[in-house]
Amino acid sequence: MDDLYRAEILEHYRHPHNFGSLDHPDVVQEGSNPLCGDRLTLMLDIDEQGRVDEVAFTGRGCAISQASASMLTDLIRGKQLSEVAKIGRKDIVDELGIEISPARLKCALLSVDTLRRALEDRVTWQAETEEEPA
Amino acid sequence: MAIGERRTGADPANPRSGTTIPAALDILEPGTAVDGPDAVADCDVAVPRTGAGTALDPASDAPDAPAAVELDPLDPVAIRRDFPVFERDFGGRPVAYLDTAATSLKPRSVIEAVDGYNTRYTANVHRGIYRMGEEATAAYEAAREKVGRFIGAPDRHEIVFVRNATEAINLVAATWGRKNIGAGDTIVLTELEHHSNLVPWQFVAQEKDADLEFVPIDAQGRLVQDAFDALLRTKPKLVAFTHVSNGVGTINPVRDMVDRAHAAGALVLVDGAQAVPHMPVNVAGLDCDFYAFSGHKALGPTGSGALWARRELLEAMPPYMGGGEMIREVHLRSTVYNDVPWKFEAGTPDIAAAIGLGAAVDYLTALGMDRVREHERLLTAYALDTLARGVPGLTLYGPRSAYQRGGVVSFNLPGVHPHDVATLLDREGIAVRAGHHCTQPLHERLGEAATARASFGVYSTTDDIDRLVAGLRKVQQLFA
Repeated sequence: MDDLYRAEILEHYRHPHNFGSLDHPDVVQEGSNPLCGDRLTLMLDIDEQGRVDEVAFTGRGCAISQASASMLTDLIRGKQLSEVAKIGRKDIVDELGIEISPARLKCALLSVDTLRRALEDRVTWQAETEEEPA
Repeated sequence: MAIGERRTGADPANPRSGTTIPAALDILEPGTAVDGPDAVADCDVAVPRTGAGTALDPASDAPDAPAAVELDPLDPVAIRRDFPVFERDFGGRPVAYLDTAATSLKPRSVIEAVDGYNTRYTANVHRGIYRMGEEATAAYEAAREKVGRFIGAPDRHEIVFVRNATEAINLVAATWGRKNIGAGDTIVLTELEHHSNLVPWQFVAQEKDADLEFVPIDAQGRLVQDAFDALLRTKPKLVAFTHVSNGVGTINPVRDMVDRAHAAGALVLVDGAQAVPHMPVNVAGLDCDFYAFSGHKALGPTGSGALWARRELLEAMPPYMGGGEMIREVHLRSTVYNDVPWKFEAGTPDIAAAIGLGAAVDYLTALGMDRVREHERLLTAYALDTLARGVPGLTLYGPRSAYQRGGVVSFNLPGVHPHDVATLLDREGIAVRAGHHCTQPLHERLGEAATARASFGVYSTTDDIDRLVAGLRKVQQLFA
């Protein structure tokens, strides 16, 4: 029953990393998944060198979407935007490390899709295949 | 008729006088009179109950029980043999299908009816002057006759075949609505409505600068009838509400609400998508003006559904789509429309689906809709009881009594998103719905972005519910 919900994912869900708000974020982006009612607000501080100085998120949703946001914020904290630009949908699915059914893929990708919209003015995202990762 | 009478609580002259929600409760009073054995008119009332001692009948449900009428219970084990999908293996067991409110499973007779059209008499309807064409037309029109009889339509010409209840409601909104709703007019809806009985009226209201008003619900998901009376004093043109809530299962007191709406001068549309498959429905007895339902939730194929409306309304309504079939004469700059209902059936209809719906109606009629309702009421009572006792901390939504609700049980496990619940249950071969069930405003009202929902049909068993309870306990352990 629980291969989708391996311990690390449940741990991120119970105790999400970077959960909360920033006082004066440089970027705020909301994302939602109308199918599930998952909601995510992503906040970023970006320093003068173009580095993700601070990152936080709030929101509610399923274990997959919350764990995904927790892991993604860990992944980008302290990174240069040029590095962040290389993060794609496949990376977050790999990070989750589980087989995700098509119906649940939107939950897994909400965080990275929200990040991409958050930075669309600042970053030229590396091309991503049209195909959604399996 | 007794079932149309106003009852306790609300003084008609002073709708605020009742503080409780009498109309929703008093449909459950024991011994409510019905006009003889044929009076299935208001299925809200015609809900008999098996005798005491039925294993499924928890005592907690007893205080609301209507007059005892012995019904031969359905045998879901035998019924399941008619549904080939149960032959499929889900980890050594058949699926525990608890999503009938989304769409029902299909019995072999429906599958064969569709196959029969596609293999033996494939032809368009109302066109071919050859044997297969005549057979197809006869089968299609016979299905209309069956559907009309099934829901108590006085005239088969009042049955318009559509793809689903959504299309039926859109048809009424786009034709009757656009013709009859004007600036400043009011349409009264409720907080229970499925998006299909909300968004089409938003279209009309936006286009015509009309107002939408909403009957609120109480803590158990029942309409606040005093508030409905208050809204009726604004003299709405139309009242549109669901017969049975797909979100929390509430059975609304349709006939009573229709009478009050008519007294206020409004027409009434009833969304019967969750009622027609599950209980006796008689549109003439309900005395509404429009009644919409989906065939695919009633054991029929996807692409089947019907709109019933009073004939004089249908005749006065402009057509919906233009094209073949809906015409009598066409000239380059003018057209004479066909008679009802064909005026509303432009283009080649889903012939196979309509014929399949006819077979579905035959199947349900043979079971007996009063028995279907009783079966599902007992299952609902069993589910409410075993879920509350077997899954500590579970939040249940909707009316507490199975007499007040259709076979729909929505719930949440605290701390676990319903999508996670549904994914984990799926791994046990249990199919439930998770999300807002196309009732986002209702979920906003409940203060939940989403819920999980188990819903029942003629083939549902207590074993399905036992599996659900065991599955939820496993989910709880995983997330503990």
